[in-house]
Amino acid sequence: MARELWKGNNAIAEAAVRAGLQAYFGYPITPQTELLEYLSWRMPELGRAFVQAESELGAVNMVYGAACTGARVMSSSSSPGVSLMMEGLSYLAGTELPAVLVDVMRGGPGLGNIAPAQGDYNQIVHGGGHGDYNMLVLAPSSVQEAVDLTYISFDLAEKYRVVTVVLLDGSIGQMMEPAEMPEMRPVRRLPEEAPEWAVTGAMGRQRRVLSSIYLQPPEEEEANLRILKRWQQVIANEVRCKTYYMEDARFAVVGFGSAGRVALSAVRAARAEGIPVGLVRPITLNPFPEKILQQYAGQVESMLVVEMSAGQMLEDVRRVVQGRVPVELCARLGGIMPLPDEVLDAIRSLARGEATLEGHPRDRWLQRMSLLY
Amino acid sequence: MVMSDIQEEVVYQRPVSLENTVTHYCPGCTHGTAHRLVAEVLDEMGIREKTIGVASVGCSVFAYNYINTDFVQAPHGRAPAMATGVKRVMPDRFVFTYQGDGDMASIGMGEIVAAAARGENITVIFINNTNYGMTGGQMAPTTLPGQKTTSSPTGRDVEVQGYPVRAVELLSTLDGASYAVRRSLHDPKNIRMAKKAIRTAFEVQARGLGFSVVELLSICPTNWGMTPDQALNWLEQHMIPYYPIGDFKVHEAIANLRF
Ligand SMILES: Cc1ncc(C[n+]2csc(CCOP(=O)(O)OP(=O)(O)O)c2C)c(N)n1
Ligand code: SF4
Repeated sequence: MARELWKGNNAIAEAAVRAGLQAYFGYPITPQTELLEYLSWRMPELGRAFVQAESELGAVNMVYGAACTGARVMSSSSSPGVSLMMEGLSYLAGTELPAVLVDVMRGGPGLGNIAPAQGDYNQIVHGGGHGDYNMLVLAPSSVQEAVDLTYISFDLAEKYRVVTVVLLDGSIGQMMEPAEMPEMRPVRRLPEEAPEWAVTGAMGRQRRVLSSIYLQPPEEEEANLRILKRWQQVIANEVRCKTYYMEDARFAVVGFGSAGRVALSAVRAARAEGIPVGLVRPITLNPFPEKILQQYAGQVESMLVVEMSAGQMLEDVRRVVQGRVPVELCARLGGIMPLPDEVLDAIRSLARGEATLEGHPRDRWLQRMSLLY
Repeated sequence: MVMSDIQEEVVYQRPVSLENTVTHYCPGCTHGTAHRLVAEVLDEMGIREKTIGVASVGCSVFAYNYINTDFVQAPHGRAPAMATGVKRVMPDRFVFTYQGDGDMASIGMGEIVAAAARGENITVIFINNTNYGMTGGQMAPTTLPGQKTTSSPTGRDVEVQGYPVRAVELLSTLDGASYAVRRSLHDPKNIRMAKKAIRTAFEVQARGLGFSVVELLSICPTNWGMTPDQALNWLEQHMIPYYPIGDFKVHEAIANLRF
């Protein structure tokens, strides 16, 4: 298959189709809408289900229903819409069902704006819905990577019976880049090829019930432990992370998605200046690449977290590094992407040995930001 | 006369589609009656193995303990959206939701109206008992003017708390709805009529005609503070005048079906 020019949102939609997507339910919201529009003709063309739902609440519960049958199913949205989906995501987790959600983040809180942001990191990575559960979070930083991760997101969701979130920001959803599409996979036949837990009508078999209610606390505890054990497997097997120039690095930048991409430009520029710096770009945000970061904490003098949120990932990096090296923050908010020069400045500061374990990095970053506003 | 000469005919038995189990409903509660009617219809149509139920949140959250089909259990109010998801990937299955008035006409009003407007080919069994049974008898959208509940202790004041919702009439105005009727469970005659309506609703689905809903006027003796007998009388005297039994939408293709 040749490389073609694809818009991020359309590319993700086509990748999902090729992964065997059987049903899509969604609601328009910028900067994700092209995904819904693409599937509104692509799915019917292939005889597959597409519904523009009445709301994200409707969409996520349609996903919930379709997931119960063992179908490959997906929704997509952006920040405010994803907030509405939290109820359904928790129910999907409580019922131990696989599903895929694409979240094309925009500026917030509230209605915010439609510019790229990463402010929903905590919402997606650390929960959002009620109860004890995890979602497997994949964070692409290019259109090709978005395609590749979407393609495997269904397999991961099904293997571990979790919701997989493909988490990107508006810039990756909207940008056009060359990408190569994977092969078209056959669609699962239902009920013949449905998994053994699926609800498909009790034709010649014991009936099945899918529910997230366990009135007896010991049963609920058992269910929670079952869910957690599966998650432990995800942690053991599925951490993904990409590193750049880390072999001899004495400083590490950590960033994901678009922020990671900007950071890479800055790292290259710093290398050109002779600064031994590398980049750690987490691809799975949950599970977080803890071991890799711990390992680099023993190698580098200091770290810099670059993100488009107010130090949300920073806290995860600090938790992992446990004070072994200073971790500083370079962030922009509200739909503004950090410029490579800003990141380069922050790297130079690390190289000058200005990173410190004193106080909180967010305070120092706020101090710098106060020069802007 | 020897025993073998006696011709015995079974006139009454538990439908195969109804589980043989102990009820968790209060004495006299009509949820059990409604479950049985659904089960009888599934038996008569021979569709038990082709049916997927969608339970809602309310006293009937455990509907799947009684109705002997594959089942899923929806978040509060979202059963029509969940049913949509099931039906769209398994269009040859019968999909029904079973929802209370709080579930369908309050928190789930958006989902039910949207499903009906889309003409979603599902059947909705709607239990109107004028209150939130499961949470202890609070005011529902269907609570009658002046009716006392635990959250309208001096009686529903329509000036402050608004007016009751006649949900099937509302749904009947949507072109996607092919069958929208109200029946009652307060006496045997009405129960028989209710069963025919449920049968018709599933026949609508069998023919791919779109959305069907049967409202069943029901009692909640526990939260009404009445004996089951008193509650049935109260339903007849107070609910039926506000919620008339009748057909609000009947698709012509099934208008002449008789059971
Ligand atoms: C999102 C959410 N809000 C509130 C509740 C609490 N709740 C459980 S059942 C119920 C009311 C159900 O009443 P109804 O639908 O009339 O059914 P009934 O119990 O009367 O049969 C409520 C409010 C919940 N489970 N979920
Ligand atoms: S509380 Fe009311 S609706 Fe619930 S089981 Fe008891 S009588 Fe029935």
